[in-house]
Amino acid sequence: MTETVLSIRDLTLALPKGADRAFAVEHVSYDVSEGEILCVVGESGSGKSMAANAVMGLLPKGVHATGGEIWFGGQNLLTLDERAHRSLRGLRIGMIFQEPMTALNPLMRVGAQIAEVFEAHGRHTPKERQARALALLEEVGIPQPERAIRAYPFQLSGGQRQRVMIAMALALEPELLIADEPTTALDVTTQAQILKLIRDLQQRRGMAVMFITHDFGVVAEVATRVCVMREGEIVELGEAREVLDHPRHDYTRALIDAIPNDAVPNRHHAAEAQPLLEVRHLDKVFRSRGGMLKPSREVHALDDISFTLSRGETLGIVGESGSGKSTLGRCVVRLERPDSGQLLLDGVDFTTLKGETLRRGRRRVQMIFQDPYASLNPRTRVGLAIAQGPIANGVPRDQALAKADELLELVGLGGVADRFPHEFSGGQRQRIGIARALALEPELIVADEAVSALDVSIQAQILELLERLQQTFSLSLLFITHDLRVAAQICDRLIVMQHGRIVEHGTAEAIFRTPRAAYTRELLEAIPGRDAVLASA
Amino acid sequence: MSFFARFAQNRGALIGVIILAVIIAMAALAPFLYPESPWRMVQRPFLPPLEMDGFPLGTDTMGRNVAAGLMHGAWVSLLIGFVSTSVALLIGVPLGAVAGYYGGLIDDGLMRFTEFFQTIPNFALAIVLVAIMQPSVTSIVLAIALVSWPPVARLVRAEFLSLRHREYVEAARLVGQGNATIILRQILPNTLSPIIVLASLMVATAILLESALSFLGLGDPNVMSWGYMIGAARTVIRQAWWLSFFPGVAILLTVLALNLVGEGLDDALNPKLARERS
Repeated sequence: MTETVLSIRDLTLALPKGADRAFAVEHVSYDVSEGEILCVVGESGSGKSMAANAVMGLLPKGVHATGGEIWFGGQNLLTLDERAHRSLRGLRIGMIFQEPMTALNPLMRVGAQIAEVFEAHGRHTPKERQARALALLEEVGIPQPERAIRAYPFQLSGGQRQRVMIAMALALEPELLIADEPTTALDVTTQAQILKLIRDLQQRRGMAVMFITHDFGVVAEVATRVCVMREGEIVELGEAREVLDHPRHDYTRALIDAIPNDAVPNRHHAAEAQPLLEVRHLDKVFRSRGGMLKPSREVHALDDISFTLSRGETLGIVGESGSGKSTLGRCVVRLERPDSGQLLLDGVDFTTLKGETLRRGRRRVQMIFQDPYASLNPRTRVGLAIAQGPIANGVPRDQALAKADELLELVGLGGVADRFPHEFSGGQRQRIGIARALALEPELIVADEAVSALDVSIQAQILELLERLQQTFSLSLLFITHDLRVAAQICDRLIVMQHGRIVEHGTAEAIFRTPRAAYTRELLEAIPGRDAVLASA
Repeated sequence: MSFFARFAQNRGALIGVIILAVIIAMAALAPFLYPESPWRMVQRPFLPPLEMDGFPLGTDTMGRNVAAGLMHGAWVSLLIGFVSTSVALLIGVPLGAVAGYYGGLIDDGLMRFTEFFQTIPNFALAIVLVAIMQPSVTSIVLAIALVSWPPVARLVRAEFLSLRHREYVEAARLVGQGNATIILRQILPNTLSPIIVLASLMVATAILLESALSFLGLGDPNVMSWGYMIGAARTVIRQAWWLSFFPGVAILLTVLALNLVGEGLDDALNPKLARERS
């Protein structure tokens, strides 16, 4: 019989006045036992992280517990004072955060940061601390641990930094590890490695792990048990296989269904003889200016990229961070100037346009941005934001605003033209961004990670909207994403990029069924929950 | 929460607004309460405060009414403070905007120009400028504006540098908006809050600069100002303390009020920061 490590009983956390609901979590109860991984799943705003924060005693200002108990090691954590709580953190409860970029001190060597964990709890002599740090780095599988221990965080990749974070969390052999979205900021292949590492370490040490995530794919990959949360309440709690295969609650089912799966829709547009966009031998090199002592660095963002895109076709560009996929998109819309090569739009070279001709030519190629929060001017009413393009192109103001109303209606947001962006949710803002891109009646839309920042259920809605609009207006779509599952859902053809080069090029179906390049296979295998989803499909 | 509700949460800022309102009322009422010129000698010199009806703050070395001087001086101080700040903004904002937006050589050129002004001590430059142009309200306003615009340019440039690569700015460029429209419609409105805060503090500095110039005898000889009053009374500070005390308190309160208002504006315009601080 395994022992219960953490027991949350009837926990209620109140939000400050003026928040969108009264309680962050309401009457939440769950246990985490020795040797199991409990996944707490939910969309943004579900309160999934709040209980974990309460366990660590790190609740944000204004949020406080109004009821319930958190039992850990025979103590109720909610009644503990700050001192006693601090001695538990790190020593008996470890935590891994989402952002490996910001969770490490940029000015401290990795070894010193791990040693600091021992120091904080008064363990070992300085020399032993270094030796332990080295052993930990070895355990979390960092290549060349002797060198990594002397490295600064900026010298490590995102995945390596996350390994360092895990090493720090494990330093004092805690009984409970809390992982808050630890792989969300990572590439798929790195994510797969980190998930495997957490699973291995958990089994080797028999820890209890509380794993917070929004991704059911990740759940399928690591979870022993699952706790599904929505709006501060537990919707479903049970064994992972049970919940994944036979979800009892509608919400859980909706979440699982919303995950793009491998069933590639067989969509094949007859490629027209005359392509809308023809890209020929595009090159782009980023140079960092060298200083007196350091040599200048060159990064080949795009290396001899060629492809064509027909009218009404959706071409997906898939790659991990640093593959050059975003640079490619930015070159196509001319936010970035390629060093050499041609972009032919209906046979006209788009790369050589300048000044006023470029300003007018931009109409034909529009873009949907990744971050729905950053892509709208916070001080411009959304109606005007959409109308600005046509106004800049000489359409009378009244007419442009009326058109904006129509477009908002079209993307499912009628009668909201005089509101400001902050009054909308992420998904709604992305709809506004789409309406803005459509306002100039473009022929080609570049969508740069257009759904990556959204919750899965919203993601599915936006993809559906894009597809509908594409058919209505017979748009061509260049869909840039890091997520093969999303790409498979919407794209006719796919291009897989790595290090600025095209690795593979083919129909979505061909790439999924019979990937030729090793890298593509690696990407496909890294998709979390792939085996599990396939098994249940 | 509305802007005013947030502003009113800061009690210091409210006090600042009240003090400022009193001083503005003083400046506005001066011509009605003391229609005569404040330079006129009306009683025997060195009359202490509250000694005689109609001279609540006494008279100065020449028998002029200190209360009248204080109220007329309020008008001059406020006028110089606000006008010179506006002029400084008119120089600094466009310069910083252009430097930050275009970057590269234009930025380098404009910033070297700004640094040229920053390397000369503010006050020394102001003295030289006033001395060359002859002391008058106009020359003082210009001198103060010319020495105080560089921080504005630097602030606006920094804001533009961080905002020009925002996605909404790129989106505006993509739909074909021109550079001028992007600067004025997309970026500038988003830099307003720090500019407003800085401006409120600049008014305070300008009032201090004007007082210092007048103290040295470089004020406009035709208008009564607080700085002149302190300057004229410095030789008799031990015999007649009230001559420098009251204008000094007036300067102190005005500058304090402006700083409080500036801080209140900062809190109200950056709700995120305000919440963390409380």
